[in-house]
Amino acid sequence: MSLRSVIAVIGVLAVVGLLVFGLASKGSSGLAVGDPVPTAPLPKLDGEGSQSLADYRGRWVLVNFWASWCPPCRAEAPALEEFQRRLRGPGFTVLGIDSRDLSDDGRAFVRRYGLSYPQLRDADGGVSHDYGTTGLPESYLVDPRGKVRLHSVGQVDEEYLREEVEPLLKGGKG
Amino acid sequence: MTARALAIAGLALALLAPAAVGAERASLTEIEKQVMCPVCGTLLQLAESPQAQRERVFIDGLIAEGKTEAEVKDALVAEYGDEVLALPPGSGFSLSAYLVPIFAFLIAAAALAVGVLRWRRAGGGGEDGPGPTEAGPSGEDSERLDADLARYDL
Repeated sequence: MSLRSVIAVIGVLAVVGLLVFGLASKGSSGLAVGDPVPTAPLPKLDGEGSQSLADYRGRWVLVNFWASWCPPCRAEAPALEEFQRRLRGPGFTVLGIDSRDLSDDGRAFVRRYGLSYPQLRDADGGVSHDYGTTGLPESYLVDPRGKVRLHSVGQVDEEYLREEVEPLLKGGKG
Repeated sequence: MTARALAIAGLALALLAPAAVGAERASLTEIEKQVMCPVCGTLLQLAESPQAQRERVFIDGLIAEGKTEAEVKDALVAEYGDEVLALPPGSGFSLSAYLVPIFAFLIAAAALAVGVLRWRRAGGGGEDGPGPTEAGPSGEDSERLDADLARYDL
């Protein structure tokens, strides 16, 4: 093989490699029911330390992605807080993840709606991307083994929480 | 002499200091061109989403506090991560965004230079090489053209 051919092959491989890298880094198929959830640690919204979904292994967790600038997130917040107050315990919690939001705005949102469940901060949207979220809000019910059992795109309400989420929690272990 | 030099230096400082402060002063319009609206995926300058409005309020607040442009951008990175910057940072993997085009340009220029040298060595365009072909028809075409023109000769 001539030097010219080697250079051409290397050039083509470099271009193909860049394309594959671009697609792999941008593409995200999203989590499906049964998939394990990402466990990358995230800083707490209140700024004190960090947490990971792995810390909640053994509990049901309703992971809720939200942002203060998102109107449906405001609309669903009271229902999530009411659900948390009613069912929180050693076996369940709601976990909020404030995504691509100003931290002060996020903290003000938590105060305004009196949210008592733990809140993490996904500043650059990296974890939202890993989950494959397509917008805000989105919620994932994660079972005690760390696998997705329900996925909801858009605002959740009392009816969804009572009829879709609660039976799974009361049904026992995932 | 010393007093005169001091006076000149003082005058120069008095003239340059406000200009330096002006250069440091941050402006929302300028920063909007350099940062992204992370949710919209566009320059903040072009974004009109609620999140973009909050980002503008945040920047305005920092400017009101007297922060420089660099400090405002640092604060935005602290809030949203590196992706908020329209231009990637010049370190780590992001550095490749600057280096790859330079290397690509150099390789293309080198390839062009080598190609031109080979072409010239092969005689293409050289002084000893064959000159350009004469323009216009020749041979049979020329005769036919003359005949056709003769038919229209009045």
